[in-house]
Amino acid sequence: MTDTQPPTHETGPSPDYTSERGEKAAPERADVLSGDFGSFDDHHPPAQELLDDCVHCGFCLPTCPTYALWGEEMDSPRGRIYLMEMAEKGEIPLEGAFTTHIDRCLGCMACVTACPSGVQYDRLLEATRPQIERNVPRSRADRLFREAIFTLFPYRRRLRAASLGGALYQKLRPATMDRLLAKLPRRLERLVAMESLLPPVSVRDAFARTPIFTPAVGTRRGRVGMLTGCVQDVFFHQVNLATVRVLAAEGHDVVAPAEQACCGALGLHAGREEESAERARALIAVFERAEVDVIAVNVAGCGSSMKEYGELLADDPVWADRAAAFSAKVRDVSEVLADALADSRAPRHRVDATVVYHDACHLGHAQKIRTQPRDVLRSIPGVTLTELPEAEICCGSAGIYNMLQPEAAGDLGRRKADNIRGTGADLLVTANPGCLLQIRKYLEGELPMLHPVQLLDASIRGVRPPGM
Amino acid sequence: MATPTTATGPTTGPLAADFAAVLPDTCVITDEVGLRSYECDGLTGFRQVPAVVVLPRDAEEVAACVRVCARHGVPFVARGAGTGLSGGALPVADGVVISLQKLRRILEIDVENRRAVLEPGVFNLDITRAASPHGLYYAPDPSSQQVCTIGGNVAENSGGAHCLKYGFTTNHVLEMEVVLADGSLVTLGGPTGDQAGPDLRGLFIGSEGTLGICTKVTVRLLQTPESVRTLLADFPSIEAAGDVVGDIVEAAIIPAAVEMMDSLAMEAAEAATGAGLTVDAPAALIVELDGPADEVDAEFEHLTAICERHGATRLHVPTEAEERARVWKGRKAAFAAVGRISPDYIVQDGVVPRTRLAEVLTRIAEMGRDAGLRVANVFHAGDGNLHPLVLYSEAAGEHDAAEELSTQIAELCVELGGSLSGEHGIGTDKACSMPRMFSPDDLDVMHRVRLGFDPDSRCNPGKLFPTPRLCGERPGPYRPHPLEEAGVIERL
Repeated sequence: MTDTQPPTHETGPSPDYTSERGEKAAPERADVLSGDFGSFDDHHPPAQELLDDCVHCGFCLPTCPTYALWGEEMDSPRGRIYLMEMAEKGEIPLEGAFTTHIDRCLGCMACVTACPSGVQYDRLLEATRPQIERNVPRSRADRLFREAIFTLFPYRRRLRAASLGGALYQKLRPATMDRLLAKLPRRLERLVAMESLLPPVSVRDAFARTPIFTPAVGTRRGRVGMLTGCVQDVFFHQVNLATVRVLAAEGHDVVAPAEQACCGALGLHAGREEESAERARALIAVFERAEVDVIAVNVAGCGSSMKEYGELLADDPVWADRAAAFSAKVRDVSEVLADALADSRAPRHRVDATVVYHDACHLGHAQKIRTQPRDVLRSIPGVTLTELPEAEICCGSAGIYNMLQPEAAGDLGRRKADNIRGTGADLLVTANPGCLLQIRKYLEGELPMLHPVQLLDASIRGVRPPGM
Repeated sequence: MATPTTATGPTTGPLAADFAAVLPDTCVITDEVGLRSYECDGLTGFRQVPAVVVLPRDAEEVAACVRVCARHGVPFVARGAGTGLSGGALPVADGVVISLQKLRRILEIDVENRRAVLEPGVFNLDITRAASPHGLYYAPDPSSQQVCTIGGNVAENSGGAHCLKYGFTTNHVLEMEVVLADGSLVTLGGPTGDQAGPDLRGLFIGSEGTLGICTKVTVRLLQTPESVRTLLADFPSIEAAGDVVGDIVEAAIIPAAVEMMDSLAMEAAEAATGAGLTVDAPAALIVELDGPADEVDAEFEHLTAICERHGATRLHVPTEAEERARVWKGRKAAFAAVGRISPDYIVQDGVVPRTRLAEVLTRIAEMGRDAGLRVANVFHAGDGNLHPLVLYSEAAGEHDAAEELSTQIAELCVELGGSLSGEHGIGTDKACSMPRMFSPDDLDVMHRVRLGFDPDSRCNPGKLFPTPRLCGERPGPYRPHPLEEAGVIERL
């Protein structure tokens, strides 16, 4: 991939930061009695002691997707931490190059896995992104595009309406559309990216609801709450239904409260801290009322954020303890299913297939969940699991990244698709709708793609897995 | 790339214009933030912002960049992944950094002839990854092998845990294409490894970027050994572990690797990797034997007996490949893992005759106590290559004391009949200790050889050789030399 280039900067020339710091930063911090956070404001800037953990060894470089693409220090984890340090010392402003390089980070957390020094880049990034959102004015086009994403994606009803338009559009899409889209000016390429990610959607699925209560099959093992999600419920409703069925088959009562809304993960990963905190509080309240032992999540990105509610709301005297209690109950669905393997109640039918499992970054890197989904898949007779080269490198989906940074995401998507093709597998499984949408775009029609619970569900029910 | 309006040094503007003629805009970095990202390598105590950073995409572009430097008479520094621990890729003020991180293609795996042709930016471990489906691997395995590049390995003549049996980079490189200081592309060595005439290939390897920039490397691949057995043994003292190493050599066993770690290093590595090390054992050895199964089994029995004779407190034999990999991960992550127990550290790289291991470790412990600093030890015991890690806190103002202790340790190694560096290179860090190891005549000869390749000394100046400047000066913003402060000398 050495011939690929980072996109040119759209942020304009770097301002003279001495004067900028003079005008902008000083008045904001006039009321801060202690501590100097350099170019950051005083609301949870990246902590000095977390920055100090980085010893500049470079072990993170090979697993960083943007470093893999461009080989540039500023677009590597080590480089980004170095930039954070410079900003923390007030040597560089947040506006300009700093924002560009932080924006280009996918937040995949492969560097956290690779780091021998235990640097918590996840916490550093989650402290840095809100600083940018608060303090760096974005261009009008960028601002509008981001607003559009966050006015659409977290809302099931709006997504349903959009999917209806999308379904119609996909049916009627004229062949000339591709040529028209290709001619659009460069600044509209994000819209093109968004358009090309739309999955084939059935109107019936988009409007179907997950049952509010599904009783356990046989002796009851426990009561599991289930996140139905926003994108997942509209575009991958079949995954939710499969999740309900396999959990029930393994002896869980499954509760999917109808009033639940978006968990806030998309916004949290993009630095929209306040908005996400509000969503977190609402979701906590919903599941408190549901009185469940465990909250099962079948979306890697959502589970990762929900496990962090405790930290997100740590400063909130009313919600801190409730958030911590909530986070302690959150499990990825593969964790719940793997726990049941030793005493499995649901007999499996044979599925003869070579399956390649793609670790979603927010499952593998962020939640360190790698063996459980594989163990669950291996419990299906006939399944041969195969591993992916460059498994640790992100597919380019990364929440809303493939819409915000379409060029880099496209390069990564093609790279992932090539690696998947090389395995010769019959089937790809991965536990995140974002990954499914992204990989589908570069592998369309070449092999079926499923969430692991869909394969397990097919095996338990003795039916042919969808798409096979 | 980034924002070209904030050019920093006086040479940035004119240079950038000429680079723009040979490279796309995105491959020329001139903005403050971009340049500062390249101001240091793995040794962060030395920093210097370059005038321009360029990222050529192939050998021709590297040569074109070097020609631009030649035309402007500016120095340049080649950089791989920037993981070096001796400041070998430290930029030069008003000079150019030529990053080779866009030259990352594996050009050929020649299975029949057991060799691989690589661009310099290929990660060391990726060579083995590409070769292993054919039952082959690349032997030199520096601890940073997942990220260090073959180009950097050539510059530093890197070793690694397994160089005890298999030798250093120089024993595995057959042929190289290099760009000389005038921008010409030449080939050193040859595809078969037995070329007539002086071995210029050997001269270039380990020259730390002072003779030119390597743009293509042909390396030897070895057959994956039939059997590999690893032993992790804890000992009640460093001396006992040292004696085991002596006995292994005496028994004519040639292990693939013999590594030693002390308790401080194990504490860090265990926290990082959960490799199964005993953190409260004073010392542990990791010994690996490889080769034909019968031979390995017989030697392994002998090895176990030696360990028991010297009072080993635990013998652990990881059987699964996965478990063995975890032990090695623990060992190889040890340097960076020290970041968990100390905010900053300096890694030393001295070599002593194997028979003086116990002595040198005792002396290092004393010197650490005198300096009030902790020293963790993790090293290639088989060939006496020490890696003492001097732990310190930059924020607490301990940098100078740590630097001094580190230099003392390197010079102690020379005093005991060893060398300043086993594999990390001299770089910026140890250049001024070179006169401790070499006479003025030695250094003069080295310098004349260098001038044969690079008459204007523009390839990575300030590294390897003690410069005519005041030795002990640190590059970067001006600060008075200690002798200046004392009034002994004055700056003209």
